[in-house]
Amino acid sequence: MAQRASTASKKSPQVSPPVSPQVSPPVIKDLHERMVRIRLFETEAGKLMEAGKLPGFLHLYVGQEAVAAGVMTALRDDDQITSTHRGHGHAVAKGVGFRAMYSELYGRVTGACLGRGGSMHINDLTRGMLGANGIVGAGVPIAVGAAFAARYKGEDSVAVTFFGDGATNIGAWHEGANMAAILGLPVVFVCENNGYAEFTPQSAHMLITDVADRAAAYGMPSVIVDGMDAVAVHRAATEAVERARRGEGPMMIEAKTYRFFDHQGVKGLRHPYRSDEEVAEWKTRDPIDLIEARAVADGTATRAELDDVWQRTRDEIAEAIAYAESSPLPDPADLLLNVYSG
Amino acid sequence: MTTTTEAPAVASVPAARRLSYVKAFNEGLAQAMREDENVFVAGEDVAGYGGVFRMFDNLLDEFGPRRMIDTPISEAALVGLGVGAAARGLRPVVDLMFMDFIGVCLDQIVNQAAKMKYMFGGGLSVPLTITTASGAGLGAAAQHSQSLEAWLAHVPGLKVVMPSDAYTAKGLTVSAIRDNNPVVVMLNKVLLGSTSEVPEEIYGIPLGQAHTARHGSDVTVIALGRMVGEALAAAEELAAEGVEIEVIDPRTVQPLDTETMFASVRRTNRVLVVHEAVTFGGLGAEIAAQIQDVVFDYLDAPVLRIGAPFSPVPFSPVLEKAYVPDRARIAQGCRRLLERS
Ligand SMILES: Cc1ncc(C[n+]2csc(CCOP(=O)(O)OP(=O)(O)O)c2C)c(N)n1
Repeated sequence: MAQRASTASKKSPQVSPPVSPQVSPPVIKDLHERMVRIRLFETEAGKLMEAGKLPGFLHLYVGQEAVAAGVMTALRDDDQITSTHRGHGHAVAKGVGFRAMYSELYGRVTGACLGRGGSMHINDLTRGMLGANGIVGAGVPIAVGAAFAARYKGEDSVAVTFFGDGATNIGAWHEGANMAAILGLPVVFVCENNGYAEFTPQSAHMLITDVADRAAAYGMPSVIVDGMDAVAVHRAATEAVERARRGEGPMMIEAKTYRFFDHQGVKGLRHPYRSDEEVAEWKTRDPIDLIEARAVADGTATRAELDDVWQRTRDEIAEAIAYAESSPLPDPADLLLNVYSG
Repeated sequence: MTTTTEAPAVASVPAARRLSYVKAFNEGLAQAMREDENVFVAGEDVAGYGGVFRMFDNLLDEFGPRRMIDTPISEAALVGLGVGAAARGLRPVVDLMFMDFIGVCLDQIVNQAAKMKYMFGGGLSVPLTITTASGAGLGAAAQHSQSLEAWLAHVPGLKVVMPSDAYTAKGLTVSAIRDNNPVVVMLNKVLLGSTSEVPEEIYGIPLGQAHTARHGSDVTVIALGRMVGEALAAAEELAAEGVEIEVIDPRTVQPLDTETMFASVRRTNRVLVVHEAVTFGGLGAEIAAQIQDVVFDYLDAPVLRIGAPFSPVPFSPVLEKAYVPDRARIAQGCRRLLERS
């Protein structure tokens, strides 16, 4: 067989046409609000990190908001998600509270993990958020297990696993995909293809252009969407989720997207692994700008209404940060808390 | 090529320079690559980016993409690549970035790399070096902070080294690459920027030979990796109280140089073992047991161990600080040992 040369584009997204599928005004507003919440949560967290207030690592999600918002608006509260090292956006969109999240970033006892987990382990079982994950690809089989549990218990909830392009090179990803397919489980595989694994461009870590091709190897249908278009993501996710809920098995969505900040932190750029022009080009398709333009154009919302969302969110974030900063630190005497159950 | 040259004493090297731990590692690796054409490096973001900890800076420029290989995020395939290439006569250096990621590729390390020579009747060797960063202290939380040397030291066929400073980072790395066995080089994240005197020429530090980092007559402190520095700091504190502790740096935990430890115990009669890993099932248990087996009659007090509590590494700095042993706990341990007799 002839070798396939890599055609992975570093420049512009190869996406389905940016025609706007119709969704109702409340969904547009919901998508917008979730994206604004992620954007502000993240940019404030980035500032706190740069000010030296946060320990540990911070993998920011800015730029990819349309994916989390698009998928989460297709889910119910009892649907489960597994996330990645870049998990804040998923958590925020799934409804995890700002207080618990900022407190965790600060290492406070009021945090989502009682200060034990930090950025890469934020979870909220009451919201179906089964956790960010520091091990690339590890969340994939866990979502498969969550979906298995739902079916086993006769519930109709589904599980969604988020992962990057890079994660699909991990064995656990392939084993999880095959397991989900063969067991026909209600799992939606969501690839956030931002073109890079850390500092390695997609063309240097796989020879295919579309990660979605990998689904075919496991008999799993897939769809490619414009990951900057929240409406498109929402539509694809709704279809995949409904399909899974009907018992028709797993499906994969590949969302072509981009991260605006560095792999870790805000601007740790010490090696020009991608150009400023490339970043700027993607920023012209900022997912929040896109949905705002659309909302105003079709009369879904006025500019003032959209601004109000930003303002309300800003206020909520300021309050949550103040709460985190005034929260107590964990007590070292409780070092062994939660190592075991019961 | 595979003989390990004796390390020159630092003091005898003219115009000694100070180098950071990470630069010393990098220099040793570069020299080993120059020395042997069969040495190559593979790992995630090691070539173009130079490694997330700057371990591989500038190596792509010198050695090119044939010998510096960026791989996909596929640790099992990465270590397997190293095993196969080593079995065919190359000397791979594969990087696992964070030690915690060995969970993803443990089969290749434990069941393949470590056992191949033995199972195959000795017909081949696996001169594979695995580099990785271990340890807590950066707020990196439970999946990016572990010290898993006990897992690996337990596996016959593997060697495990834990550099405690820049000098040993270079010398142990060179020896690991020259060694004909799979060797895991556990660099410590917190030490990366720390400096010590490092000779410019290539040198190996013999694997399985402990170093007495400080001489003293009252207590023997056997410290692994980053704990060597903490023990030396504790020694300063104790010296002010008139207590002289001897600090032993095993450097290699598999094979483990127990003779140096026994000799020290015969002089001091008291032993404290300290490591960053959890105490339960840690190297401290092995070391304490061997000491009791061999030099029990010389002990004035039971061997004391200091390690982490039996918990994953916590995120919050206040908890992480309480979790990792430090100079204060080591000094306290020594005082307790002295009170016992
Ligand atoms: C098993 C494992 N290997 C390596 C890493 C280090 N690492 C963290 S994020 C990352 C890149 C992930 O790329 P991708 O899946 O595309 O997600 P993105 O960062 O682009 O969101 C790597 C290699 C890890 N955390 N876990």
